[in-house]
Order: sequence, then structure tokens, then C-alpha cells
Amino acid sequence: MPGMIETRALRKVYLAASRKRVTPPRGTGTPSGGTRQASSPPQSGEIAALDGLDLEIHEGEFFGLLGPNGAGKTTTIGVLTTRVHATSGEAFVAGKNVATEEVAVRRRIGVVPQRPNPDRGLNVIENLLFHGAYFGLSHAVSMQRAMGLLEQFEIADRAHAKVEELSGGQQQRLMIARALLHEPRVIFLDEPTVGLDPQARLALWDILRILHAQGRTIVMTTHYMQEADELCDRLAIVDRGRLLALDTPSRLRLQAPGSTLIDLTIEGDCAAAATLCRRLSGVQRVDEAAGGLRAYSDRGGELIPALIHAVEEAGCRVQNINLSKPSLETLFVSLTGRKLA
Amino acid sequence: MISGHEGDAPLPVSDVFFAMLRRDVRVARRELPFFLLRTTMQPLLLMVVFGYLLPKMGMVAKGYTATLLPGVVSLSLALSAVQSVSLPMVAQFGFSKEIEDRLLAPIPSHLVALELVTAGTLQGLLAGLFVLPVGRLIMGAIPGLGFSNAVQVFSVMLLGAATFSALGLLIGCAINPQQIGLMFSSIIGPMIFFGCMYYPWKGLDTVPVMKYAVLVNPLVYVAEGMRATLTPGVPHMDLTAISLALLTLLLLFWWLGLRAFMKRAVT
Ligand SMILES: Nc1ncnc2c1ncn2[C@@H]1O[C@H](COP(=O)(O)OP(=O)(O)O)[C@@H](O)[C@H]1O
Ligand SMILES: [Mg+2]
Repeated sequence: MPGMIETRALRKVYLAASRKRVTPPRGTGTPSGGTRQASSPPQSGEIAALDGLDLEIHEGEFFGLLGPNGAGKTTTIGVLTTRVHATSGEAFVAGKNVATEEVAVRRRIGVVPQRPNPDRGLNVIENLLFHGAYFGLSHAVSMQRAMGLLEQFEIADRAHAKVEELSGGQQQRLMIARALLHEPRVIFLDEPTVGLDPQARLALWDILRILHAQGRTIVMTTHYMQEADELCDRLAIVDRGRLLALDTPSRLRLQAPGSTLIDLTIEGDCAAAATLCRRLSGVQRVDEAAGGLRAYSDRGGELIPALIHAVEEAGCRVQNINLSKPSLETLFVSLTGRKLA
Repeated sequence: MISGHEGDAPLPVSDVFFAMLRRDVRVARRELPFFLLRTTMQPLLLMVVFGYLLPKMGMVAKGYTATLLPGVVSLSLALSAVQSVSLPMVAQFGFSKEIEDRLLAPIPSHLVALELVTAGTLQGLLAGLFVLPVGRLIMGAIPGLGFSNAVQVFSVMLLGAATFSALGLLIGCAINPQQIGLMFSSIIGPMIFFGCMYYPWKGLDTVPVMKYAVLVNPLVYVAEGMRATLTPGVPHMDLTAISLALLTLLLLFWWLGLRAFMKRAVT
């Protein structure tokens, strides 16, 4: 299958907010941008939002970018949608270079932003019709598609409403309708279900499944594990601008270390307790976490008595125990040392 | 289901440009009464006081209206051009992010900036063309007012509106929403008072320092340009010098504004 999206060693360095005031981040003003400097280690006061990201996304794939806040998901979408200039590295969408062939890229993509940004000067249907005009569609074609999409997304009765009068979920659906109006090959959605109530979220999932079934390439960022798991063909787990794992959800689950994650909240010297716990057979790995330990067990909850015993032997006391089944969540925690949400 | 080949059919950027211009016309038409109220209220009140009441009271000379009318036309033209670009832009870049739909349209980003400045120029012209006859109605017969050089009148208006529209691009990209009030008190306010709007530039002969200091103010050239073309009997700068100054400022503001715009369009 051909690569619909490719990134090579993508880096994006932002100046931290405190320095930003003093020196603006970009000096060039030409639309194609100047050539960017070769990658260099981040200086203090710089944030590497993307730090050497390599991705390949296939045509027709539903691809998920999973990572905690600040992982670089929005920046990745920004680069791929021509809104962010990479500091170094390259990215291609539908065979076009995002840095040098922006117009060609823009024609081939639809973008649903992290926060709805409808044109408030226009009503609902006008938002779609003018978008169609920007993409060279005739009024008749735009109108036909717009009505079809509004029907499909159940906001046809709001066609002449002001956009402010729509609920959050309705605005989100309007944004998806707008992104689809010019029938792009690739659709980008940045955390599309944040802020939606559970019902609206499920409705959105249904819409996304239909788009996927139509054969579109979909790139979605999320920090909801379940969402990534349910919808995506393949998932990239990213943190601090780096790719930590990339595979199908089911194969990623197999990569989760141990079979069960046991979180112990303890009082006392964590390091000593960890050392003793590591000696137990059936324990794959023990990480020290804030105020406790995190053990990856081969034998499920069976190890709990042995762990408690080891902790107490180190002169500590167990205050709380939490078990999690192996999941994307446990894989994520083992890769990043942090929880997602 | 997916045609997917539309990306390959030719799409002239002019189509996209004019679609965006149509969008701005649609929005402006809907807001026309508010637009005229917002941008021409102040100039109209000025004319009622300085062009009607004071002359009637004999507190200013009768012929003063010939100086004031071109100044007021230039003020409404300049204010509406600068505001109609900068105010929406501050909001659209700052928090609503509405502009993103246009930044993601298949057109080079600098043409989006050009479209915004074009729309601002049209709104400036509209305000100027509205205030001119209304001013004539308020102030009565104005000595020396003639429309024999309508082409020059229109050219100065166009150049002035474009210059202020480009300034609006620069201001709109350079300031953030909390600074809007500051912009009016620190930039627009002094610009009005030292813009040779109430008095001809020649009148500053008595204060030479001021006479040369105000030359950085773009409003001076629009006001003097309107005098040179509308009421040539009033002392005014040379029209060629005015045109060159406006052209220079237009290019300068456009260049700076475009740089600021591109910095925000692509981070
Ligand atoms: N315009 C910007 N200026 C400075 N830093 C930024 C900017 N945009 C994002 N960052 C920083 O880059 C990192 C990645 O941000 P982002 O891509 O928004 O993450 P995510 O979408 O995964 O939450 C964060 O540390 C963020 O603070
Ligand atoms: Mg984000």
C-alpha cells in the first residue's frame, strides 16, 4: 500500500514563552519559508515539541496519535496541515511536500481543529458554501454536498442558524462537515471528542467509522486510550515529541510488559522496597513511582502477598494496592512513566 | 464514494481569492448599518460641531468648512480601513481562530493577507464616499468645493484607504486582544489630532518642529490629498509629493504587515 503520509526525522523547536517575547521565533516572511537550520540539540529556553519523528501512514488507514498533553500531537498535525514549519526534517502528504507544496497539500486534506473554529460572520450553511467556494466547487455542487452532510450529521434543521447557537457537539459536527465538503483524501482530527458528552462522543465515533469505511485516510489524535483502541487500525504512541511505539492496538497490547500492573502506594523508603521486590520470581519489572512502586507481574494478582511481604521487609508499609489488566494503558505507562489523562 | 481526484483539476488562485472577497462582502453587507455607524459617527459629529454649530455662532471663520470637510472625509476613510482589517484580525487570530479556514484554503497565505487588505480598502472607500455627501449636507455650501477632478479625488481615496488597510494588517497581527484599547489611545488618538485633519499642514508653519514631526503620520497625506483634490483653494501639499508619500507608506505597511501575518499564519 502506498504511503499517504510520511515524515522523516521531523523536528520542531519552539522558543519557550519567556524567551519568545525577546526574540521572535521566525524571521523569514516568505510563504515558502527559508531553508531551516539543521537539527541541533535544544538550548535552554527551547522546547522540542517534535524530536525526530518518523511516521508512515498508509492510504485508507485510520491512524491514531496517542499521547499525553504536550506530547506534540497538535504540532504534528500542524506540520502535516501546512500550518507549522518544521525546524528540520521533511513531511509529505499525498506525495506533496508540506513545506514547499502547501497549496497542493491543502487541496487534498480536510482539517478538524482541536477547538471548533467556525466562521462566526456566516451562518451554518454559509460556512459550508464558502468553504466549498474556497476549494473551487460550484455553488450547486457545494449546496448539494452541504445539505447531504448536514442531514447526515443531523443538523440540517440548523442550516440557517448562527453558529453560536449550536451546541458544542453540533459545532464539532459542523467542523467535520466542513472538512469533508471538498472530499479530501486525508482527514485530520485533533482530539475530536474532547469536551463532548458521552452520547455525542459515541455519535462521533459512528461518523468516523463510516468515513473510514468509505476508504478515507484518517489521522486522529487523542489522549483517550479507549477511543484509540476502538477506532484505529494502527496507533503511534508519542511523548515529548518522540515515537515510543507504533503498531495495531492488539499487537501493542501484547507488548505491554507482564500480564498485570500492580501499583503499590507505600510509606517509607521506596528504593529499598523496590530492590527487594525485584528479586521476587514472577515480577518482570519494578519502577519507582511517586510515593510508591509499580510492579509488572507475570502471575496476575497472585504476587500481591509476596510483594507486601517484601515491602514490609524493607521497613515500609503498604497503604494501597491497585491492579490493572494489561492494556494500552499499561503499555503507555511502562513506556512513558506517566498516565495518559 | 471518494472521488479523490479533485486535487488534480486546475484551480486558479484568483477563484479562491474572489471567493474570500465575496465572503467579506457578504459579512460587510449584513453589518452595513453598524459599520457606517461605527466608522462615521465620530466624523459626522465633528462636522456638526465644527462645520455647522461653531461657524453659525461665528466662532470659526465661514471658510473653515473647506478645510474641515477634506479632513473629515480622510478621517472616516482611514479609520474604517484600519479598523475593518485590524479588529476582526485580532479576534480571529487571537481567540476565535476563525481565520484558519481561510489559511487552510488552497491559496498561498500571502494572498489571504492581500485579500484582507483589499476588503479593508473597499470598506475605507465606502466610508469616505458616504461621509463626503453627508458632510456637504451638514455643512452647507462649501467655498471652492469642486468635483472637476473626480478621478484625482478617487485616486487619493483609494491610495489612502489601501495605506490604512495595510496598516490595519500590521496592527491586527502585531497586537493581542487585551491591547485593543491601548491601540486606540496610543496610536489612533494622536494620529487623529496630529493628522492635519482640523487644520492644513501649511498652518503649522508657525510651529516648525511640529510641521516636520507630523510627516510620519500617514493621515497627514490623506487629509492634504483630499484638500488638494476636493478644495484646491485651501493651502495644501503638492499632490505628487502626497502620492509618493502615500505609496511609500503603503509599501512599507504592506511589507511589515505581511511579515507579521506570515509569522502568525505559519508558526
Ligand atoms: N506556539 C508555541 N510556542 C511555544 N511552545 C509551543 C507552541 N505550541 C506548542 N508548544 C509546546 O510544544 C509542546 C507540544 O505541544 P502540542 O503539540 O500542542 O502537544 P499536544 O497536542 O500533544 O498536547 C508543548 O510543550 C507545548 O507547550
Ligand atoms: Mg493538542
